[in-house]
Amino acid sequence: MIAKQYLITGIIMGVIGIMMSIFFRMQIAWPKESFTIFEIFLGNWAPDGVLSADKYLALVTIHGTIMVFFVLTAGLSGTFSNLLIPLQIGARDMASGFLNMVSYWLFFISSVIMVLSLFVEGGAASSGWTIYPPLSAVPEAIPGSGLGMTLWLVSMSIFIASSLLGSLNYIVTVINLRTKGMSMTRLPLTIWAFFVTAIIGVISFPVLLSAALLLVFDRSFGTSFYLSDIFIQGEVLHYQGGSPVLFEHLFWFLGHPEVYIVLLPALGITSEIIATNSRKPIFGYRAMVASILAIAFLSTIVWGHHMFISGMNPFLGSVFTFTTLLIAIPSAVKAFNYITTLWKGNLQMNPAMLFSIGLVSTFITGGLTGIILGDSTLDINVHDTYFVVAHFHLVMGISALYGLFAGVYHWFPKMFGRMMNKNLGYIHFWVTAVCAYGVFFPMHFIGMAGLPRRYYTNSEFPLFDDLADVNVVITLFAIIGGVFQLVFLYNFFSSIFYGKKATQNPWRSNTLEWTTPVEHIHGNWPGEIPHVHRWAYDYSKPGHDEDFVPQTVPMKEGEEELHH
Amino acid sequence: MTTGLLTFLVLILIAIAIWQLTKIFDLSQAKADNSQVANDKDNNINGYLMMGFLMFIYAITIISFWKWGDLPLIGNSASEHGSSVDTLMIISMVLIFFVQTVTQALLHYFAYKYRGEKGRKALYYADNDKLEFIWTIIPVITLAGLILYGLFTWNEIMDVNMDDDPIVVELYAQQFNWKARYAGEDNVLGKANVRLIDLGDNPNILGLDREDKYAQDDIITQELHLPVGRKVVFKMRSQDVLHSAYMPHFRMQMNCVPGMITEFAMTPTKTTAEMRETPKIVNKVSRINSIRAAKSKELAAKGEEALEPYEFDFLLLCNKICGESHYNMQMKVIVESQEDYDKWIAAQETFGK
Repeated sequence: MIAKQYLITGIIMGVIGIMMSIFFRMQIAWPKESFTIFEIFLGNWAPDGVLSADKYLALVTIHGTIMVFFVLTAGLSGTFSNLLIPLQIGARDMASGFLNMVSYWLFFISSVIMVLSLFVEGGAASSGWTIYPPLSAVPEAIPGSGLGMTLWLVSMSIFIASSLLGSLNYIVTVINLRTKGMSMTRLPLTIWAFFVTAIIGVISFPVLLSAALLLVFDRSFGTSFYLSDIFIQGEVLHYQGGSPVLFEHLFWFLGHPEVYIVLLPALGITSEIIATNSRKPIFGYRAMVASILAIAFLSTIVWGHHMFISGMNPFLGSVFTFTTLLIAIPSAVKAFNYITTLWKGNLQMNPAMLFSIGLVSTFITGGLTGIILGDSTLDINVHDTYFVVAHFHLVMGISALYGLFAGVYHWFPKMFGRMMNKNLGYIHFWVTAVCAYGVFFPMHFIGMAGLPRRYYTNSEFPLFDDLADVNVVITLFAIIGGVFQLVFLYNFFSSIFYGKKATQNPWRSNTLEWTTPVEHIHGNWPGEIPHVHRWAYDYSKPGHDEDFVPQTVPMKEGEEELHH
Repeated sequence: MTTGLLTFLVLILIAIAIWQLTKIFDLSQAKADNSQVANDKDNNINGYLMMGFLMFIYAITIISFWKWGDLPLIGNSASEHGSSVDTLMIISMVLIFFVQTVTQALLHYFAYKYRGEKGRKALYYADNDKLEFIWTIIPVITLAGLILYGLFTWNEIMDVNMDDDPIVVELYAQQFNWKARYAGEDNVLGKANVRLIDLGDNPNILGLDREDKYAQDDIITQELHLPVGRKVVFKMRSQDVLHSAYMPHFRMQMNCVPGMITEFAMTPTKTTAEMRETPKIVNKVSRINSIRAAKSKELAAKGEEALEPYEFDFLLLCNKICGESHYNMQMKVIVESQEDYDKWIAAQETFGK
């Protein structure tokens, strides 16, 4: 139930976030043109249908915030951790149902506050989703740093509380409530991913909370943690001795792990779906677990690669380059292992499988450019350009979104007892896949041409005049891609009510959730909790008639369990 | 208001149309195999589409390179360290494209080749330590090479010192413009603090310490002139929010942070005039001017003023979100011969005057 609440809230927030991106893409492609659609949806943010410059920044800011936190953190992790952890480890429920409920409702409240902040005087927060002070701290610097920013901070603080409660619950459940036989080395990779994600969350989200609290102090109580020597609108402010660089450190200490908080669950979901639909064991289970752990560890010591040119000591830059490029190794191992899993498989092209393969594709394309951005020397010239935008959208945005879609298509029968329409799923995937590359591939080029991100229009620089047509192409792909998400929305909502009734194990999968009855019941299993006798990936194992062997099937006489 | 309402209705109609089309499509499926699980036909179609998608990825790569391949700022850098940045960029790019081409091919080809078929059984193949060792160790070695090369270059670029008799220039950022302050004859910047800013009759816009003897010969300008071939040490300051001093043609960028002074040093190697003559810039300028000419025609048809033709100049841009007019915070940078520079700087007024 909570999984569904998370998912539907996430979908609603996703619709808002994607609509915002279409609006600001329209402004970039056709600068300062008047659109009636702006008048309708943006009201006084777009007087006479022309989006105003500071509200452009508000759109960019809230798009980033919503997509990263509300859709891809809560919507993805919240949905599938709550759904799959108890079902796949063989537990009646999460360790604490109460914490679970509190975490959802806190998330809901924070979503409402974030949406409300769009309607206040001065507009929503407009200093980028990274809310670097002093821009975010001083209302004189930009209108959005008034009440809008305050609400942003309140909303995010509540969000962090929600995320922490959720994470603690996931960790405790995975450690304590595994059924008999479900050793850690027999856990499906989904659970490993959710488990490790929750740990990274618990380590890093509190740091963002402290960053936000100190910012609240600076904004409202006159302290100077981040602020010093500011002269604005003809007046010197009293702040003395703080440093914005401190905020950057605190922010990115969450901000970077956050990338993996978003991505790891998607990779876990992909592992499960690729193995099931390839009818093959996931290749290199131990290496997959090891790379999840390695990525998690490294993710907490690479945050400085967002700050190479922040004025931080260049020696630190060297250290962070080193750790950052190290993280490419476990990522490469994961990509190779996915590809090898497909090799000599018997691939069932369900929509979930397509999205999983799509994820591996964008993960590679986006991940490779990380080698450039992670290198402090190369970062100098592409930092904060569209190259960065292209990189992170492919590697974490689109990839994680694909993970979310894959999960929805795959576990829809578990959540709603019905099937989603596969043909609509195919249309949804192929159009989305083409548009995603259409939007973000050309973007690398304008980034390397030196075009900074977060520019309201590029027309003030004749230097960038020859980038205008690329921007139009990007926007067209974005609009098509955005509109085709309606196919998914239709499929999702109509299948809830009219979808074909699901069978108990439609994908012929090994994991425990498919041993529960189709109609959800309290406590998950009607009788005894099933015991586990093998790992989750005995697909096409020689010596069995079927091409799958559920985890509940005892070992045959003389059958060997893989040593892992 | 009526057009607003009309557009709104049209939008709703489009949305309903897509919804209904989807629904019709959905209903028309009802009679066919209705399990909603992929069958051999689906596997086949999507298997082929996977190959098609691989072609699409290659096509978009080739088209992008063909149409926009000369946009990236690689090669033709105008600073000394810029060429080593470019070399590293080219090496990394070649590597990336090689890996991208091969892995995407494997991924999509396998997806096509092993598309499901009723009755076939997949190979039970769960582990191969040797294989995994190989593809762990190869990235390790490659990345080690890249890291070492990158770090040597980085340390060289970031070693800001006063060797080779550099000129010292302060880049001063505020919402939403830049100022430059030259250190003058003593080549030492006078002390400054925002608390000393005075916008009155005897203005002190950068907050220099009037008592400081080093400040007297400082020169504040609206344009950045640099002599070619001479090292410049930039000291960045901001008076309000974060800004970032970005000069893409010199491969230079550093944030300007209120409350602290950041630094970057570089040596321009081409004058503005020389840069304008380079083939890359000549091409770019003619391309931009044909775009501008076309736009001017449109404007003329509407009775508006035509656009001026574009001439290349080095620029300093702001590249850290800094507020409403972040998109238009620029300063012209002129690189010229030492004599021209000397003449220009001699004509500027010193602060103490």
